[in-house]
Amino acid sequence: MNIHVAGENALIVYVGDQVSPEVTQNILHLCQQLRPYVGRELIDLVPSYASVLVIFDPLKIDHLAVRKWIRFAYESHFNSHSDDQRRLVRLPVYYAGPDLQRVAEHKSLSSDEVVERHSSQSYQVYAIGFAPGFAYLGELDESLVMPRLDTPRKRVPKGAVAIADRQTAVYPKQSPGGWNLIGYCPIPMFEPEEQPPMPVQSGDLVQFYAIDEQTFFDMGGELPKGEIA
Amino acid sequence: MALQIIDPGFLTLTQDLGRFGQHHLGLTTGGPMDPFAFRFANRLVDNQANSVALEITMGGFKAVATQDMCVAVTGAKVDVSVDGKRQPQWRTLYIKNGQKIELAYAVKGCRIYLSVAGGFDIKKQFDSASAVVREGIGGINGGKLESGAELKLKKRNSLNQAWYLPESYIPNYGNHAVLRVIPGYQEKHFSRHQQRRFFYHDFRISDLADRMGYRLQGPKIECDINGILSEGICLGAIQIPADGQPIVLMNDRQTIGGYPKIGSVLSLDLAKLSQLTPGATVNFEPISIDHAHNLLHLADHKFKQIELKPCLLEANHERGFDV
Repeated sequence: MNIHVAGENALIVYVGDQVSPEVTQNILHLCQQLRPYVGRELIDLVPSYASVLVIFDPLKIDHLAVRKWIRFAYESHFNSHSDDQRRLVRLPVYYAGPDLQRVAEHKSLSSDEVVERHSSQSYQVYAIGFAPGFAYLGELDESLVMPRLDTPRKRVPKGAVAIADRQTAVYPKQSPGGWNLIGYCPIPMFEPEEQPPMPVQSGDLVQFYAIDEQTFFDMGGELPKGEIA
Repeated sequence: MALQIIDPGFLTLTQDLGRFGQHHLGLTTGGPMDPFAFRFANRLVDNQANSVALEITMGGFKAVATQDMCVAVTGAKVDVSVDGKRQPQWRTLYIKNGQKIELAYAVKGCRIYLSVAGGFDIKKQFDSASAVVREGIGGINGGKLESGAELKLKKRNSLNQAWYLPESYIPNYGNHAVLRVIPGYQEKHFSRHQQRRFFYHDFRISDLADRMGYRLQGPKIECDINGILSEGICLGAIQIPADGQPIVLMNDRQTIGGYPKIGSVLSLDLAKLSQLTPGATVNFEPISIDHAHNLLHLADHKFKQIELKPCLLEANHERGFDV
């Protein structure tokens, strides 16, 4: 573990330099240990693939004390044995995205095989960012790795299930985006008025399962009107 | 009974101190770009520090009061008038029901703050009323204010004392700012030579400067890596993308990103940066994190020591009005 200065009120903790299950577990534990202090000496935590940004209030605590807290929190974890407490969240997908066929052709698979491979494993929520409720999920099966679009779409519809590199995600609302769209999820990923506002959180496991068009509509899903340009 | 917007100008947003503790949902902080001017807007009308005020970018703002109210206008230098009569900034003003308040275009600086006694009554989302347009969160329906918007006041606040900020404390917004930088993040991936280039040259603010980030133009700064695993971005972080042109990330920044960063700008200087417009210049100066903490404590102490001066509460230069 390495701790670096990020700014006047932030330290960045690099738990590893690559993504691994162990790194992910350690990030999760570090955040669990530090979370109770958010709203007091700490202002916020931003977990990501291999790091945690720890934001503190410099009028209440200095960076040296925060470093000590981080080390203590991190080491206390190593002394205890931790069970895998990750939740598994299952999300339905109507696999009818505009890029499904192209992905299949590009990978010399049938579209059923793409669906099968996308929905047959669970994914870790590595980070939440880009937009409210946007969860970066990994790691996608090697056989589905696709580059981002050369030209990002101006409007990716809400609920679109997408893949790029070794990642997959559900767009929480209409936004620009360059990922390949393979389906639609009827479950909203971000509802500001609900508690909790997101069905998933950092550290959760997500598994997708295929549903048909009727089920998609029954679950409240909406398809984008017209062509997706 | 409210302040009714006739013309919001280019961009008017409701802001409190910001949205904190919500990064795990991907929500950014928002909040006033110039917290010094924002805090004084609230102090001048005896409000709590976190009361909701308006951040008006560039000016061109018109509104009519549908009740008597006390207001204050701080921040960028701008002509303020009530029913056509010039009024001072950085001072409590008394506006009567039916009177029109107008702001012309800012002549120095660009972020103007308008507070009302009691604060605006805006529903909070995730503990804050700060509007972040990109996220569609906060404010009125998550957006900028539109013509016709009715901003209700939190309560009828009976001020019986007006205040002004002595001239010597009023910031002078110029065309250049020195931005003190705490080196950090991927600084080691910028060679000594590149760091020198960065700290020895002026950079110009490009046309792409908004509440999310300020793109700067200057000598190309090179880094020995192209990207990194996406990681958390703090306020003021200086991102250097492949084109070598720095981007200083501001209040509405996204919470994670994968560009290398050379360090972060001291928040006290971000306020100055946010008052600059495209074409203005900045230069960077490195400071240690300990020095940064000293400066923040000093600034906080000084802020608390500044005393507002009492003056008469007048409406249109007629004396004797009580709220």
